[in-house]
Amino acid sequence: MGEIIWLTVKLAGITTVLLLILATPVAWWLARSQAWWKEIVGAVVALPIVLPPTVLGFYLLLALGPDSPLMAPLQPFGIRTLAFTFEGLVIGSIIYSLPFAVQPIRNAFQAIGERPFEVAATLRASPMDAFFSVALPLARPGFLVAAILTFAHTIGEFGVVLMIGGGIPGETEVLSIEIYRLVEALEWDKAHQLAGLLLVFAFAVMLSLLLIERRTGRLRP
Amino acid sequence: MSRAPGRIEARFSGRLGDFTLDAEINAPAAGVTVLFGPSGCGKTTLLRCVAGLERLPGRLVVEGEVWQDEARFLPAHQRPVGYVFQEASLLAHLSVRRNLLFGFQRTRDEQRINLDQVVALLGLEHLLERGVARLSGGERQRVAIGRALLAQPRLLLMDEPLASLDGARKAEVLPYLERLHGDLAIPILYVTHDPAEAARLGDRQITLSEGRTGPVIDTRDEAQGARLAARLAEVGPERLFEDLCATGVPPELAQLTLAALLAGLPPWRTSDGGR
Repeated sequence: MGEIIWLTVKLAGITTVLLLILATPVAWWLARSQAWWKEIVGAVVALPIVLPPTVLGFYLLLALGPDSPLMAPLQPFGIRTLAFTFEGLVIGSIIYSLPFAVQPIRNAFQAIGERPFEVAATLRASPMDAFFSVALPLARPGFLVAAILTFAHTIGEFGVVLMIGGGIPGETEVLSIEIYRLVEALEWDKAHQLAGLLLVFAFAVMLSLLLIERRTGRLRP
Repeated sequence: MSRAPGRIEARFSGRLGDFTLDAEINAPAAGVTVLFGPSGCGKTTLLRCVAGLERLPGRLVVEGEVWQDEARFLPAHQRPVGYVFQEASLLAHLSVRRNLLFGFQRTRDEQRINLDQVVALLGLEHLLERGVARLSGGERQRVAIGRALLAQPRLLLMDEPLASLDGARKAEVLPYLERLHGDLAIPILYVTHDPAEAARLGDRQITLSEGRTGPVIDTRDEAQGARLAARLAEVGPERLFEDLCATGVPPELAQLTLAALLAGLPPWRTSDGGR
């Protein structure tokens, strides 16, 4: 049981960190670009919200499987497939949670508006400098929301994990899979414990999101 | 390169959306040059072009240094300007002190003014450690002015810095602006639509109307003012208005000149400022 919780938290933590790094430039571009086709990219990024997780998992299984051309560059390193591995699970979780990280960060960047960047420019800050010294700190609430949503969403994912992870103990067996397995095995007591744990966790997540929203709402001039 | 040291020479013409700007500044790089006109006349756009925040075809040379011509466009962050926006636009995540030092820490120019001097000049001693959310409108604008000064500008650009303030706050900030004028040797381009502000702060004035600039008017020439006042007493306002228009002064400027004369304010001379 402890191992499953640890594996789940590890998966969610690694996914959150990697996804924040990946989502930041995407969100920045979506927030600032004038390109007419940017909403096409926006739609692709948002796709996991509406796509059935099993569909996403199916394609990921093909993409990460031994016959996939995407795996070819990894062959020299002795990696034939990432399906049914922890690494594969991380990749799947990143794609599955992408919109939950990109959207709040994009909104936060957009809410900053043009003026602070003009201020920074007239104070000798290059665009790169302004990104780190103005955009990132001003968008901090968005990053916090993105981190919480990604973490929680990864904890709760089931379809994708089942498709590409398979529930191998110690490697890909996470909480949501375990609950399903316990119910199948009619171990209601243990299922109760885990379900209750996730319920409390979900409540804590929603409460913290609302508190962040209230605080930033008050801070905005 | 040093074609005309000591002057600000700008010429921009082009379209931004459905607005057309066709403007020229040719003035000494000293004292306060007021860009004056009603709202929507293009004075803010002109100022933004000088700062590099807006890009229109044209040419800009400041004290012999080319900031823009056909071949080059110096990006905003490489121009040694200070810019004071109409709203103070302080950076919300930084304290007053760190707002003030934002440009100071990034400039590589010789440092002619330091934090202590700016704090004393603008009366900011008691505000330094505060967050910017807890400042009054006048305090915010003073911090914005200090922040621009600390970036060691060779040209200070001010876009209606008093327009967002009420009467009392205006009266609070105005003396600081006058001290700026007196104590520092930084040339200022000052945008306003308020004739009283223009008369009180300006050394010379360029009027804009529908995106076009008029001639540079020296507003500190008292001998010329006395002559105009005498002429006004002699021939009356209507005749003087016609005379002024006949010498090439735009009608709206001639009207302002008359209004100023009738109100006893320093009148505006119609020389071209040495062009």
